[in-house]
Amino acid sequence: MSVLLAVKDLAAFYGPSRALQGVSFELVQGGITALLGANGAGKTTTLRAICGMVRTEGSILFEGRAVNGRATESIVRLGVAHVPEGRGTFTALSVEENLRVAAYTRRDRSAVRQDMDMVFAYFPRLKERLQQQAGTLSGGEQQMLAISRALMLRPRLMLLDEPSFGLAPLIVQEIFRIMRRINEETKVSLLLVEQNAALALDLADQAYVLETGRVVMSGDAASIKNNEQIRRSYLGY
Amino acid sequence: MDELLQQVASGLANGAIYALVALALVMIFVSTDHINFAQGEMAMFSTYLCWQLIQWGFSFWIALIVAAALSFLIGMTIERTILRPLRHASVLSIVVVFIGLLAIFHSMAGAIWSHTIKEFPSPFPKVSFAGSGYIGPHQIGMIAVTLILLSALFAFFRFTPLGLAMRAAAQNPISARLAGVRVDWMLALGWGLAAAIGAVAGVMVAPAVYLEPNMMAGILLYGFAGALVGGISSPGGAVAGGFIVGVLENLVAFIGNQIERHAGVYIIGNGEKLTVALIIVITVLTLKPSGLFGRITVRRV
Ligand SMILES: Nc1ncnc2c1ncn2[C@@H]1O[C@H](COP(=O)(O)OP(=O)(O)OP(=O)(O)O)[C@@H](O)[C@H]1O
Ligand SMILES: [Mg+2]
Repeated sequence: MSVLLAVKDLAAFYGPSRALQGVSFELVQGGITALLGANGAGKTTTLRAICGMVRTEGSILFEGRAVNGRATESIVRLGVAHVPEGRGTFTALSVEENLRVAAYTRRDRSAVRQDMDMVFAYFPRLKERLQQQAGTLSGGEQQMLAISRALMLRPRLMLLDEPSFGLAPLIVQEIFRIMRRINEETKVSLLLVEQNAALALDLADQAYVLETGRVVMSGDAASIKNNEQIRRSYLGY
Repeated sequence: MDELLQQVASGLANGAIYALVALALVMIFVSTDHINFAQGEMAMFSTYLCWQLIQWGFSFWIALIVAAALSFLIGMTIERTILRPLRHASVLSIVVVFIGLLAIFHSMAGAIWSHTIKEFPSPFPKVSFAGSGYIGPHQIGMIAVTLILLSALFAFFRFTPLGLAMRAAAQNPISARLAGVRVDWMLALGWGLAAAIGAVAGVMVAPAVYLEPNMMAGILLYGFAGALVGGISSPGGAVAGGFIVGVLENLVAFIGNQIERHAGVYIIGNGEKLTVALIIVITVLTLKPSGLFGRITVRRV
């Protein structure tokens, strides 16, 4: 399988302070990869680094093209969608406008309409709330909207930052089920950041564990999940 | 009663101009949190450009369109070359830049076109301004042009992808970037639009107040008051606020005149109407800090 994203020796900085150091990993086309670790390990920073939201050193290749140093919006235009921590809802816009903004860069109108329908098939609730101000949606609905916005970009890589955060278990299950369908049906690769390691390892086929800005463990999800010692020492469950 | 209606009508005409200036201010404020103190002087400069084009033989409307387009470019250029590098500067240094811009446009206009008062032609049949009896054709024209421009802008922001992208960029720049929107260009576009709107305001008011480098000073203040009353974060509110301030200042003068006429005591007149209007603005802001129509975004966390 071909490599979609290759991160090598990545360091990331907030002002003078270093949040990542020597991070290397690869994502294969069409796969689901989990990025795990405790609070402050650098998961969010890794996602931000990939789409040019923090200062970085090292190399990030997306489909063989170097993306470090590029502006966020041009990385996004290459096919990287980021569902950010906190969901990034345009709270004063309607649900429909939120989706339209995400399709702003696209000129293929009929395909946009198709994708809109696809999104409603995954999340029928959004269709019911099309004209509602997005800030009034529930947390779960806003997470659905965030994923839908990402889908409207027709990405080849989707970065998801704690999609389960603050949601009731039932909603989380629903969203994770749909993420698997999205991965299978649209072939988009997922890089999933989660605090809830058990949940993420169920969905993912590969996993990396971060600790204070470094990768300390990697392997296929099933074996990490079944290795009690790794779970205890790195994932805390 | 007749006189009252006339006052309201001419208040609406002035209010149209304040509404445009208020909208220009809000346009920049919503995406940068800055109040462009140079907005009035930029509009004045644009008005001179239009006057110059008319002198060179262009028809009024062509001159207005060309002047607005040039102003659009000037606005964008200012954002890209002067404000862009100062993105992370303190509020105080930005204020200093705006005051600098104000001074530059003021002295440039004086240097190029001299400080003497110039007559500005009205494209409408005949001129009569505030207080001179019936609402004049130019005032009706001012209101009409304003309403047309406002409708066009409304349609642009409401129905076009670019308008939507600009709103998204103003509201949540990070999410807008993540949707592929070039947020920096949206800011520059906002500046351009603000400058073009200011140009229309200047050209519309010039036949009534005459053309000179100080022509927009008072108007900027009223426009600012309108923006604050309506809600500095709400374009629609700012427009409504502009009209409200326009009507209010005339009503204040009207009531003052009535009192003087019937009771024989002078309390307020034309000289004090700005003061009274500002007192009302402050009152509104004390009672409702986000302005009458200021948006309170519903947010669930
Ligand atoms: N905006 C910021 N400015 C300065 N330092 C930051 C900023 N954001 C994160 N950091 C620091 O970078 C390190 C990594 O943070 P990051 O947010 O990537 O962690 P995380 O793994 O996503 O944690 P969490 O599970 O709490 O979301 C932490 O030490 C954090 O304090
Ligand atoms: Mg995080």
